Amino acid sequence: MRVVIAEDLFLLRDGLTRMLEAYGLHVTAAVDNGPDLLAAVTKDQPDVAIVDVRLPPTFTDEGLRAALAARTEVPGLPVLVLSQYVEQLYARELLACGTGGIGYLLKDRVLNSAQFTDAVRRVAAGGTAMDPEVIARLLDHSSADRAVATLSPREREVLGLMAEGRSNAAIAQQLVITERAVAKHTASIFLRLGLQPSDDDNRRVLAVLAYLGR
Amino acid sequence: MSNKVAALGAGARRRGPWSWTSEGVAAAGHGLALAGLALAGAALLIALAAGLALLVRLPAYSGPTSHGGLLRLLFIAVVIPGSLLCIRRLAGLTRSLAGKWCGVPIAVPYRPMPGGEGASPWSLLRRCLRWLLADPATWRDLLWMAAGACVGLVLAAAPAVLVLAGLRTMTTLHPFAHPFSAASGAWPAFPHAAVLAIPLGLAAVAAGLWSGPRLLAVYGLFARTMLGPTRQADLAQRVDHLALTRSESIDTGAAEMRRIERDLHDGAQARLIAMGMALDAADQLLDTSPAAARALLAEARESSIKALSELRGLVRGIHPPVLADRGLAEAVRALALDMPLRVHFDSELPGRAPAPAESAAYFAASELMANVSKHAEASQAWVEIRHGSGMLRVSVTDDGNGGADPARGTGLRGIERRLAAFDGVLAVSSPPGGPTVVNMEIPCALSSPKTSSC
Repeated sequence: MRVVIAEDLFLLRDGLTRMLEAYGLHVTAAVDNGPDLLAAVTKDQPDVAIVDVRLPPTFTDEGLRAALAARTEVPGLPVLVLSQYVEQLYARELLACGTGGIGYLLKDRVLNSAQFTDAVRRVAAGGTAMDPEVIARLLDHSSADRAVATLSPREREVLGLMAEGRSNAAIAQQLVITERAVAKHTASIFLRLGLQPSDDDNRRVLAVLAYLGR
Repeated sequence: MSNKVAALGAGARRRGPWSWTSEGVAAAGHGLALAGLALAGAALLIALAAGLALLVRLPAYSGPTSHGGLLRLLFIAVVIPGSLLCIRRLAGLTRSLAGKWCGVPIAVPYRPMPGGEGASPWSLLRRCLRWLLADPATWRDLLWMAAGACVGLVLAAAPAVLVLAGLRTMTTLHPFAHPFSAASGAWPAFPHAAVLAIPLGLAAVAAGLWSGPRLLAVYGLFARTMLGPTRQADLAQRVDHLALTRSESIDTGAAEMRRIERDLHDGAQARLIAMGMALDAADQLLDTSPAAARALLAEARESSIKALSELRGLVRGIHPPVLADRGLAEAVRALALDMPLRVHFDSELPGRAPAPAESAAYFAASELMANVSKHAEASQAWVEIRHGSGMLRVSVTDDGNGGADPARGTGLRGIERRLAAFDGVLAVSSPPGGPTVVNMEIPCALSSPKTSSC
């Protein structure tokens, strides 16, 4: 799997490259600014681009803009955005730009390399990886929603993991329950929230995120 | 606001032919009252001056008796402060009436009474006298009492005098006003004057009614030159305000620094120490007990994640990244997205406010929204950000149960302090039962928005 990285801090860029290589992912280019990222994705056509939100020269949301620009340059390019902090606002902007192949994670998540590379692979395959903190705040925001309030604690947990973009198998593993139990929970959640059930993982995630973000 | 404007418009449309008459009558009456007030002031001034003259001449005819000393003491301790305060009351009444009747609002120019040590009657009296006599506004009040009486009589009472004189001319000089002489067929002594009586009288009444509101406005302006604060007093008040807000914002800044220091010390620093110790222990256990070393490494990783999350919280409290990235409107929109209730957000901000003002407005909005979700038990909130005529305006409204009081809560007071450093103001309307409307205004200019390359 081919990866392009855009991260301005050398230590992080280097560490990220080494970690991904150790997990068998091939880093074709590691750059430190937006224009270089655009050049690298058009030249290398990677499977996924990992981009830091803060990039020079303004060190504001340059990386986010570069990521969105890269996605218009190479349509459908999976993008995983990393940040020192997460904002629902940015999550929405990313989700609004095409369907699938979107990730938005706190930089802390690279400390758990197995889960992180798993998220990279998921995004590369066209899936979604939303940071648990984004999802926690989305759930908080929806706490006044009557349908969400009727969910059991276990169903809320499943809903959260589903919104992060995890598959049924991954949810089952995380909660130490069977996949059939997860399927039962998801069916119940979709019924309560009045959503169309779907076998397609990605469409399911987007429906849930759209519902919570209302 | 818009209701008020509509009402004013309706008032203007309703101006009929009779409105100027009733306005004139009202103005003549108001002028008379103001002239009376000025006369009362002059009488007080004359009494005070007479008393003072008497006191100065007292030893001449009463001799060095204890009565003279007692009288003098009474005069200094009671009469002078009492009459000065009386004059202040009169001047204050004139100020408020000038605002109401003449349309010339006059600010109160007095210095605040200084607090001081010593609660004995003597020190209190000394302080009070010094406060009254050292304030130039007191002497300008006295000057106004003297000048205001003359000018007041001419300007304020003139319309009423004109109207009354006109009426009198019509009733006393006109032939029909003397039925007996008319019945006997004899004209009064001045037939020409009698023929002119009605037009003359009408003209005088009309002049009185027409000039009433205008002279009243002139009188208001005159009163302002004497009763309003001088430019110097204005500046002195401004300096006082600036000194107060400056010291408050320095205090707030220092307290903030202490909080950050404490948070770093108890949070990230402590976590990093724990992490270092765990790594060191893991290093020593690596050969003998790999399993224990692995557990310690996991612990170190936990510590680093917690340290990061604490630093993130701290940074958010100092200067939220989204505010730096996107500016006030988007940052407040991001806040609204995190609120556990429905927030209708609306903004119209064609540029960026200066960073300090932006930050103050952001934290104020953040505090207000936190109040809504904590205390108001609201189901919906509305947040609006606008900029116009040099003012940044933010309003937060909720449909909760109201009863927010800036005097009681420290939160609203804190916001007020924060805004005061920018000459900003906070207005709270929160009747019991709601809704709560909080408006804040910060004077500032917007810079043109940065154009981005992407």
